[in-house]
Amino acid sequence: MIDRRRFLAGTAGLGLTLPFAARAFAQGAAPTFTPESGASLRLLRWVPFVPAEEEAFLAITQKFTEATGVQVRIDKESWEDVRPKAAVAANVGSGPDMVMSWFDDPQQYPDKLVDVTDLGTSIGAANGGWYPGIESYARRGDSFIALPLCAIGNAVVYRDSHMKAAGFSEFPKDTAGFLELCKGLQAKGTPAGFPHGKAVGDGNNYAHWLLWSHGGRMVDENGAVVINSPETLESVKYAMELYKTFIPGTESWQDVNNNRAFLAGQVSLTANGVSVYYAALKDPAMKEIADDMRSTNLPIGPVGESVELHQTSTISIFRHTQYPEAAKAYLQFIFQPDNMNAWIQGASAYCCQPLKAFESNPVWTSNPIHAAYAKASASLRPNGYAGPLGAASAGVMADYVLVDMYAEAVTGQSSPEDAISNAERRANRYYRV
Amino acid sequence: MSVSAAPPPRATRASRGSFFERLSQSRNGLGLLFMLPAAVFLLCFLTYPLGLGAWLGFTDTMIGRPGVFIGLENYEYLFRDRVFWLSVFNTLFYTAIASILKFALGLWLAIILNENLPFKTFFRAVILLPWVVPTVLSALAFWWIYDSQFSIISWVLMQAGLISAPINFLGDPWNARLSVIAANVWRGIPFVAISLLAGLQTIPASLHEAAALDGATSWQRFRRITLPLLTPIIAVVMTFSVLFTFTDFQLIYVLTKGGPVNATHLMATLSFQRGIPGGALGEGAAIAVAMVPFLLAAILFSFFGLQRRKWQQGGSD
Repeated sequence: MIDRRRFLAGTAGLGLTLPFAARAFAQGAAPTFTPESGASLRLLRWVPFVPAEEEAFLAITQKFTEATGVQVRIDKESWEDVRPKAAVAANVGSGPDMVMSWFDDPQQYPDKLVDVTDLGTSIGAANGGWYPGIESYARRGDSFIALPLCAIGNAVVYRDSHMKAAGFSEFPKDTAGFLELCKGLQAKGTPAGFPHGKAVGDGNNYAHWLLWSHGGRMVDENGAVVINSPETLESVKYAMELYKTFIPGTESWQDVNNNRAFLAGQVSLTANGVSVYYAALKDPAMKEIADDMRSTNLPIGPVGESVELHQTSTISIFRHTQYPEAAKAYLQFIFQPDNMNAWIQGASAYCCQPLKAFESNPVWTSNPIHAAYAKASASLRPNGYAGPLGAASAGVMADYVLVDMYAEAVTGQSSPEDAISNAERRANRYYRV
Repeated sequence: MSVSAAPPPRATRASRGSFFERLSQSRNGLGLLFMLPAAVFLLCFLTYPLGLGAWLGFTDTMIGRPGVFIGLENYEYLFRDRVFWLSVFNTLFYTAIASILKFALGLWLAIILNENLPFKTFFRAVILLPWVVPTVLSALAFWWIYDSQFSIISWVLMQAGLISAPINFLGDPWNARLSVIAANVWRGIPFVAISLLAGLQTIPASLHEAAALDGATSWQRFRRITLPLLTPIIAVVMTFSVLFTFTDFQLIYVLTKGGPVNATHLMATLSFQRGIPGGALGEGAAIAVAMVPFLLAAILFSFFGLQRRKWQQGGSD
């Protein structure tokens, strides 16, 4: 009889359970992990937006428990609350064993996390490599302090009929054309809307696109604040023009407001995850909206390439866990191709793969609306570009420095120059170390 | 003649016994003993966290990284930080306006409920509902009420033809400030009203009857009898009300997260934003510590206000 605790998850794709000594290597460079006797795990994750994603994740977890006997308890937190909870757990050295966190969270407390370089290297090598942008969130120098899990793709969603009514047969590819489209939509009484309020996800996605598409950067490669630049000024002026075409009230929008407004037919164009499409699809009353809905990537600005932030999630193991081997075995199990593919499929284009081998997942071609979300991991730029990730980049985002900069200017509370200077002063505070 | 031997060495036990004996007969000793659990509790759960918070304010501690002592650097930065000063202004404005409104409306409601109304008990129970509902739930309800697209207030006014577009409740800085104040007042009135109602019921009816016989008007009775006798209760209730309002967090966090452009950021919400999601524990702690002088002023006001009252010493006021 096979001892269920002796678990060889490193045999990529097979999911076999074999007796094996701890930390042995087999089949190439894939490490193996033997869960500690009596091990049980707790994972803190964000509340799923797509139910099928959670079902797929729970099914993988169940399979892991059946294979190893290791119980995994999954605690869900509203996605904005994961960061403070994880931060407190890291600081006090107690709480969940693993966390599915956002953006550069692992970079805020790298010393509190288990080194998973062995996993990161072997999983990357076996699956076509990690996408560089998403990989950088999980790396500290040559080490992995987390495993990149997914990018929650952000894309423009719009009403096709409204775009055509505004005089556009196809969606503009550049920022100048995009402004014209928004003006046209406003003139037809079917305006666009992007959040200028404290929207952690959508607000930051929009603000970073504005900045990066115009060539602005928060910091340079050395972490020196360079936000006060002509490129930033251009982006602010562009944001002011766009804002004039928006539905009133976007200064107060939090993450859910643009979904609500779009689904209620109040706005005809916004940017969001694919969840907004599924919200429309599951409600028969919104069939017309779902049928009319299209998605595309945010337009390309003067910088000449598609650059977006996207929401990024990594999964990491806290050093305070009593069962690091079990936790590593669990992560390894999740990233086995069958499991990862099942999860990506379950997420219905909400979660974009972190590894290149999974970009052929059929979910991306199963529905035209998914296409815009397929390349999120490939096109994403890490937060705090072009500087190092860490407490400073995380702090700047959490303190809404960029979101506030645009909001100050578009609402007329500050001149564009003042808004930029204020952002520079606040960013310098975080990058002072 | 025999020499009696010295008693066995019970001296230690005897002296220990006498120590406890002395302690049990000492009013001061017993007092200290009885206060010890409360003192330990306060030291562990109040003084230590407060002291730690004050210390963190002098360090550059980040989440996951112990900090070093940096003196007043956090405070120096905050002194030049216009977002911080905006939050101070917002906090004082929010506290002052909301407290005044809660007091005025709460007192008014208490006086009405003190009258012999039909269904008096029912109304007294109903009035407590806003206080009983968890703040987050009532805040979510207000979030919808103030929604920039789906506000019921805007909808009603638009249906009535009074406005042509929805009111930008939470998008305009002053609208947002007044909106969050209105939500806070709605939630805080029951506490003030019920507490003052309790105070009103301690005022002997005979005083009002005597004054009425002497020809005093309702206003004169309120001004000369009700208000003076209610002052000690008002002092306590309003101290608590001011403290609750000053440290409000949930309402703002749900409604605006401090937006638009920090126009409703209170010191508590800014402290959280920078300290926990932002990771700057030192700076967050410094903002929290900066709240202490204001809170202390409110407590001292109550303390000295109450000390003056003779009723506390058992005399009449």
